[in-house]
Amino acid sequence: MNIPFVRHRLDNGLEVLIHADQNCPIVAVNVWYHVGSKNERPGRTGFAHLFEHLMFEGSQHYDKGFFHPLQAAGALLNGSTNADRTNYWEVVPSNALELAMWMESDRMGYLLPALTDAKFENQRDVVLNERRQQYENRPYGLAGMAIVAALYPPDHPYHWLTIGAAEDITAARIEDVRAFFQTYYRPRNASLSIAGDVQPDQALRLAEDYFGELEAGEEPPPFTCTPPDVRTSESRMVLEDRVELPRLYLAWHSPALFAAGDAELDLVAEVLASGKTSRLYRTLVFEQRLATEVAASQNSREAGSFFQIVATAAPGRSLTELERAITEEIDRFIQGGPTAVEMERCRAQAESQFVYRLQTVGGFGGKGDQLNAYNVFLGEPDYFDRDLARYREASSAALQRAAAEYLRPETRIVLSVVPKGRTALALEDAQPAVVA
Amino acid sequence: MAVDRTRLPEPGPPLSFNFPEVRRRTLANGLRVCTIEHHEVPLVTCFVLMPIGSSQDPGHQPGLAAITGDLLDEGSGDLDALAVHEALGRIGAHLDTEIGADATLLELTTLEQYAPRALELLASMVWNPRLDPRDFDRVRELRLSRLVQLRDLPPAVADRVFTQLLYPEHPYGHLPIGTEEALRALTIADVTTFHRRVYTPKNATVIAVGDASHDRLAALVAGAFGDWASPEGVDTDLVDVASLDAPPSPAGRVVTVHRTGAAQSELRMGHIGLARSTPDYHALLVMNMILGGQFVSRINMNLREEKGYTYGARTSFEFRKGPGPFVFQTSVQSDVTAEAVREVLAEIRAIRGGRPVTAAELELGRAALTRGYPRNFETAEQLGRAAVQLALYGLPDDYFTTFVPRVLAIDEHDVTRVAEDHLAPERLLTVIVGDRDKVGPTLEGLDLGEVSEVAIA
Repeated sequence: MNIPFVRHRLDNGLEVLIHADQNCPIVAVNVWYHVGSKNERPGRTGFAHLFEHLMFEGSQHYDKGFFHPLQAAGALLNGSTNADRTNYWEVVPSNALELAMWMESDRMGYLLPALTDAKFENQRDVVLNERRQQYENRPYGLAGMAIVAALYPPDHPYHWLTIGAAEDITAARIEDVRAFFQTYYRPRNASLSIAGDVQPDQALRLAEDYFGELEAGEEPPPFTCTPPDVRTSESRMVLEDRVELPRLYLAWHSPALFAAGDAELDLVAEVLASGKTSRLYRTLVFEQRLATEVAASQNSREAGSFFQIVATAAPGRSLTELERAITEEIDRFIQGGPTAVEMERCRAQAESQFVYRLQTVGGFGGKGDQLNAYNVFLGEPDYFDRDLARYREASSAALQRAAAEYLRPETRIVLSVVPKGRTALALEDAQPAVVA
Repeated sequence: MAVDRTRLPEPGPPLSFNFPEVRRRTLANGLRVCTIEHHEVPLVTCFVLMPIGSSQDPGHQPGLAAITGDLLDEGSGDLDALAVHEALGRIGAHLDTEIGADATLLELTTLEQYAPRALELLASMVWNPRLDPRDFDRVRELRLSRLVQLRDLPPAVADRVFTQLLYPEHPYGHLPIGTEEALRALTIADVTTFHRRVYTPKNATVIAVGDASHDRLAALVAGAFGDWASPEGVDTDLVDVASLDAPPSPAGRVVTVHRTGAAQSELRMGHIGLARSTPDYHALLVMNMILGGQFVSRINMNLREEKGYTYGARTSFEFRKGPGPFVFQTSVQSDVTAEAVREVLAEIRAIRGGRPVTAAELELGRAALTRGYPRNFETAEQLGRAAVQLALYGLPDDYFTTFVPRVLAIDEHDVTRVAEDHLAPERLLTVIVGDRDKVGPTLEGLDLGEVSEVAIA
């Protein structure tokens, strides 16, 4: 996997990565800030994401919205926030690179002078509507909140989802925006990638011109958190929702992003539930018809991950039947490990997914975004080959070991989501789930 | 060097763009083949386009085309359903099947080295699926469960009600998944007969794009699909949706679907629009960009950026073989539902002449469509999808190359004229999926016709 790039660190600490790819006359400008909802505190959740919205509302030297000049130049642009980081990108025609650099540098350096109460209140309303649309008004939309709230204690920064609690969003104040910007939106807490149809020396000069003048500021406070205690007993919860079919969620703590066991559990998820030949799909959906769908994922994050299995009951089937069948399949996997054919298949899938993702220079998951991901999380933007090697070199014994170590019945959280008023459909002894 | 922050850097002039060469041939069995070389990544992406969408469903069998498409990868030739996926998985191939109003599209992506095997599997699925009764039964059950789940998903409910009311007694009047009643009545014999009748090489176009020469791509397709023969003595004709009369356009009306305690109202407002063949295509794209087609459009700026009613709002024309819908869609907080509807109605009226497009808006709308145009053709998948558009709608080979100059030729008068001609405020169908108790009383006095409530279909 050859993604050649130039790396340079500006005096103010901003990392700049440039990858030339002349396939298409476009350039992707991508900025990662190493801040996410895990930098929030209890009672002030949802703030990192609300802040991301304000980054699109204009900055000191162009205060008429971030979208307008870029869309006028033919750009595609977006941003996103998760627990660990916030990213922003635009894909522009190659002759609009300087405009993108102007805009990104202006909001990195000069956001606050353009901030107003009206903008803040407007975007707070937009975010509350985003929350209603994506969580409150969506079937099973609150399950994710119940899972993380149960997996992590209240003072752990993964206890809440990035969207945050509605009451916290409502309570956010404009002063919080200023403090947050000054603490985290610093060149030294960011990584800038430029990928596409550029001359590297010219792109680097633009980066120096536009970003070099920004103040370095203080180092952000180091992130610390106490790892959650190792669980010693299963915890069962029930959540009532406006749904017709009950759904079961199983979740376990698992190794952090890039830690030993992380890639192995990604592959375990693949063998268990990716595609029709996967073990859980085959048993639950195909053969026994207990479920209408099943999914498994290793949700990799910097300060600790969680592994999750989700299955929706087929009409007339019970969550108890689902739980039993899933547990049996996990036991079987732990006893016997993956077969040679399964190893061949999950490695082939991992490898091809890797190549598919890197077809594009821009957007979420494209080459520019991936360079920044490796740089921000590992300080090694050239981690592509080693990342792929984690999957290529994982042995069947290692998958088996990872499953045995992390997917134990006594350490899991089990959430039953059932139709309103029908808590009898939940697994036995489930306690009402807590959602913000 | 200190940079000048007093003004924005001007982007350079629009970049010239040439769509890569598409080579075409027709196999002896009538199957059309398009090939495009793309050497950026060692992949091959292959599309099978069947002009068989939900509009080909027989009137009493909504959902037949979709379940047929869904059964293609459930076993074919010597392989049962699991064996097909085992074979795809071992070469890391990625398969997608999409079913829309006008077409069924299969897409398979694979590393170049596995392309022969991947194409062989793809051809076998399309041409020789097993259509086993047990697989049919299982897949139908999953689709019925999906229909049950969609009743709780406000966007799905809104789309369903909007589609049914907009196109009564018309091939576009149902969603591809069909209805519970029709799915329950279907048999595997219906699927087999339908497949035999319409899945023929003469109806098919295969588009192969990737890291190989035209000759190699074409040889791969010919090797996999060349022996597919048309059935004898079967009428393989398709319904010509383009030649059907559009349903009569009723007066405006407002329909609500009650959802107790809903946190938001899901909204659709629209009417029947135009076919892909309309000569006003480019002007309508520009007009829509200004009205509601991008972030900085009038409607999104109004509802989201000024009022904070919603996370996002947009309008679109769905150009199909026959006239597809023009639709506004959003999800708004319940207590401002009526205000949001009123604002959208005002915006639709305004762009027809009350507040005509300005020179700056025109420039922005045209630029957004043209300046970034090359990014639509970066990957093998994007190039393949572009070729699918050419094949499905019979567009000329220079369509993508002439797109930019055609859009740049649109002026303010064109935009106002197509808004006047093709937006019809008096015919808007408004669908609101939300809480009756919060929304109902506020709808009094909306200038949009009669208000009624329907149950979730």
